[in-house]
Amino acid sequence: MGVLEGKKIVALGERDGVSGPAIAACMEAAGATVVFTATECFV
Amino acid sequence: MSEQRTAVVAGSTQVLAHVPGLARHGSKPARELPRHPDVSEKFLASLRSYDDAVAYAPHQAYVGAVHPRAMGERPWWGRSGNASRLGPRGEIVPDLEFLGLLVAVDRFDLITLSPDVADEAAAALATHPLAKHLDIDRIDKAKGDVAAVLLRPGSMPLHLGATRLGGAITAAHEEDEALTAAVLLDNLASKATATLSLLHLLHNGGIDPASIDFVIGCGEEAIGDRYQRGGGNMAKAVAEVAGLSEASGMDVKNFCAAPAPALVTAAAMVSAGLFDRVAVIAGGSMAKLGMKFQGHLKHDMPVMEDVLGGAAALVQADDGVSPRIRLDSVGRHRVGMGGSNPAIMEALAVEPLRRLGIPMAAVDDYATELHNPEITEPQGSGDVPARNYKTIAALAAQAGEIERADIAAFAAEHGMPGFAPTQGHLASSLCYLPHAVDRLTTGGANKVLLLAKGSLFLGRMSQLSDGMSVLLERNGKGN
Repeated sequence: MGVLEGKKIVALGERDGVSGPAIAACMEAAGATVVFTATECFV
Repeated sequence: MSEQRTAVVAGSTQVLAHVPGLARHGSKPARELPRHPDVSEKFLASLRSYDDAVAYAPHQAYVGAVHPRAMGERPWWGRSGNASRLGPRGEIVPDLEFLGLLVAVDRFDLITLSPDVADEAAAALATHPLAKHLDIDRIDKAKGDVAAVLLRPGSMPLHLGATRLGGAITAAHEEDEALTAAVLLDNLASKATATLSLLHLLHNGGIDPASIDFVIGCGEEAIGDRYQRGGGNMAKAVAEVAGLSEASGMDVKNFCAAPAPALVTAAAMVSAGLFDRVAVIAGGSMAKLGMKFQGHLKHDMPVMEDVLGGAAALVQADDGVSPRIRLDSVGRHRVGMGGSNPAIMEALAVEPLRRLGIPMAAVDDYATELHNPEITEPQGSGDVPARNYKTIAALAAQAGEIERADIAAFAAEHGMPGFAPTQGHLASSLCYLPHAVDRLTTGGANKVLLLAKGSLFLGRMSQLSDGMSVLLERNGKGN
């Protein structure tokens, strides 16, 4: 059972850092349910 | 079949238009200011003077008067000086002349100017070094009753500074969302800055306009109508007003990364023998004006995003002098590589050099996204170029090309401070091209790598980013 089992996650990534799908993959591996994923550009 | 030719960058110019009066029409201010009268008042009271915009070190770097590494210590804003509007690679145009330029490139009489502003703009542009190439007569014909134009549904005011109403722009269609006044202002502003950059390119190089076969646009604007919103070809529109009678054109779209594929496409056309001379052009982005103004006002800074950029470059067959475009060096971010920043940098900075057997330290300058940190940091976006250089240096260490302890020194020596306005395509390595040409001809560099990135995910068609890189090399025997 993952440490985030039962948690709902919004994954907001940053283009120059970690992308949204990468965060979502980690969260899912930890047992979370990802309800929204996006990557944004802040420049 | 003819032998493949080497393509070179034979010239590169850039302009800035200082447009504090139009900053309110940037996407962010246009949404925020009408909702908050107190913020609007502070915004208008925080607009920068033309003299301050000219003296601003990053602007001087943009027009080629100073190398970005020689801009001095921050803060750069708030410094006065006797800097010139004309740089060796371009100029900084004041708002009055820019309104005149907008009219000079307006082929559909969309803009009306108040008579006094029209007279002043025409008189100022008449003394411009490129005056004979500008359709100044159109300015007189654009005189009219601005207040009456503003009563028409969908029209927008055009201000000089905080309060002086200089003109108005109308929509080109009552219902077409692709032809609203705001969209048309975006496009005309891009056209005007790109045109002025191209005219400087021709003037600086003593180039016959009729010798240019093709123009490639790589700006951020979307030209079209409701049936084809991104129809495009700013390139040909600019070629027309700049007098390039023998040229045709097309646009390359790739978010902020577009200039790199545009330059590579131009070089490929020349290298293949398709054309002898191709110009690459880009205008400024109205939407980005005042994009981070809230951070600036919070820190008692002026509205820093008050300039529109423009750029032009000439790609032609090898002249034995100009920097060569190494088409065998082109790096691309492949679909299967994943979207992380290190993966993109691996694709753009590491893999192409490894493929050519060039050590990463042999590249004198890495030109990546050179956003001005003085603009991005107050709003919490950090120092973008510094982050990119750290990633490149870390990848060099990971590849065993430098020691881990040398990461900071590598980033400092091969990187530079950001100096571009936050108009992504201009910041995305294109802004360094005038300096790259100087460094690879009269300067001390032998290799410059241009790396451009684009945020495809913003358009919601893919979660991916994209990017492209290309190496420029000093020309001459032995290289």
